[in-house]
Amino acid sequence: MATTIEPVSLPELTTDELSRYSRHLILPEVGMEGQRKLKAARVLCVGTGGLGSPLAFYLAAAGIGTLGLVDFDVVDASNLQRQIIHSTKDIGRKKLDSAEEKLKALNPALNVVKHETMLTSANAIEILKDYDIVADGTDNFPTRYLVNDACVLLGKPNVYGSIFRFEGQASVFATEEGPCYRCLYPEPPPPGLVPSCAEGGVLGILPGLVGVIQATEVIKLILGKGTSLAGRLLLVDALNMRFRELKLRKNPECPVCGDNPTVTELIDYQQFCGIAPETPQEASVKNGIPQLSVKELKKRIDAGEEVFILDVREPYEYQIANIGGTLIPQNDVPQRLAEIDRDREIVVQCRSGARSQRIAEFLKQSGYPRVVNLAGGILAWSDEIDPKVQKY
Amino acid sequence: MTIFIPTPLRPFANGQDSIEVTAPTVAEALGELTRAHPGLRKHLFTGEGKLRAFVNLYLNDEDVRYLPAKEETPVTATDTLSIIPSIAGGYSELAVPADLPSTHDI
Repeated sequence: MATTIEPVSLPELTTDELSRYSRHLILPEVGMEGQRKLKAARVLCVGTGGLGSPLAFYLAAAGIGTLGLVDFDVVDASNLQRQIIHSTKDIGRKKLDSAEEKLKALNPALNVVKHETMLTSANAIEILKDYDIVADGTDNFPTRYLVNDACVLLGKPNVYGSIFRFEGQASVFATEEGPCYRCLYPEPPPPGLVPSCAEGGVLGILPGLVGVIQATEVIKLILGKGTSLAGRLLLVDALNMRFRELKLRKNPECPVCGDNPTVTELIDYQQFCGIAPETPQEASVKNGIPQLSVKELKKRIDAGEEVFILDVREPYEYQIANIGGTLIPQNDVPQRLAEIDRDREIVVQCRSGARSQRIAEFLKQSGYPRVVNLAGGILAWSDEIDPKVQKY
Repeated sequence: MTIFIPTPLRPFANGQDSIEVTAPTVAEALGELTRAHPGLRKHLFTGEGKLRAFVNLYLNDEDVRYLPAKEETPVTATDTLSIIPSIAGGYSELAVPADLPSTHDI
């Protein structure tokens, strides 16, 4: 467990703290010693978004002494549906500053350490090494594997939480005896295979549920009480409100925590996850699909050309903003090919150009001779052509 | 037996969160599932018909990889099979690499 702190070196509680934490102090599982352990503890929250908000809030309230926060983002209006540490007045502000203000208002004795950076292979060890426990509230596979590997290499527990639509997962990885994230997921899914939240969204309270589970696990690890989620994967289905639990095993062949590890230092996680850096040549033709700029499209429309634009977003996105394309959501395209004229040029369009690229590739494979992708999608259209087109 | 379909794969299973199949083994249960919902096949299997490395299968609460007979393990009507996907967060960079408002935006 994470508790390497010896009782003799534990800090004393002040008079204010004795009254603030009285409901903890009367719990036998916490008590004076437990509260002093919490005060001595140093916890790193990676991300101050949906999961990081409740996680950091509750840890601050519980009396954790030092809370490190890693984030480089600014607050956006679309965050506020779930990222409860930020408020409307914080829109446009750095998430770290917004989070620090709320946490210090809640608990002025809290020591907040702000790491305004993206966690990378170059800085992860340096940042993580000063903490007892790491809580992973990130949102992408490369950072998940990075946090996991760094925790295994440093011998620090990784309190994991993850969400998608109405579904969440939580566990504790990289304890001495327990499995790590790679024991469960040896390989990331290839890009494009798993549908994303950009198409699916997420129920705002779900990161609340899962983040609070993470906070609970952090506290238990510090106290050394109860049964941690190490070796178990908790599945949360908010729609049916069903909690299930699966057994996780440490994989003796795990490349990072197994008997003969092959990953002994941090690697290039973007590459590991199949995200290749874009080269300039790819900009004009990507995977055999010509990329059409929004300026070029506008020029052709203005010249009177009747361009067929296939909008492959979801109906609710079309309602928010559209540029007059024919709407066929991406998952419906394979069944609705009859509605797409093979003899015409097809300009495939989505929000940013990613989904449309996949569908353009699909159409090309399905025998459509002239398919192009609208690079940058409706976001680029809003930026470069018509700012009245609502961005989301 | 009941096969639990995780949220990311439900669009390929008519939106259902669980599907009942009758089959003697794990492998044949998956065969039934993908015959009924062919759209699931490429998410679960490689082109060579092997289960994808990032797909976790649990028979009740046990990882199929650690069962002695693995996918050939016999199943009964009361067993459950769970497909456990990798989910990264509120937005998954990998899923739609460039179609994201922000990379730190759970």
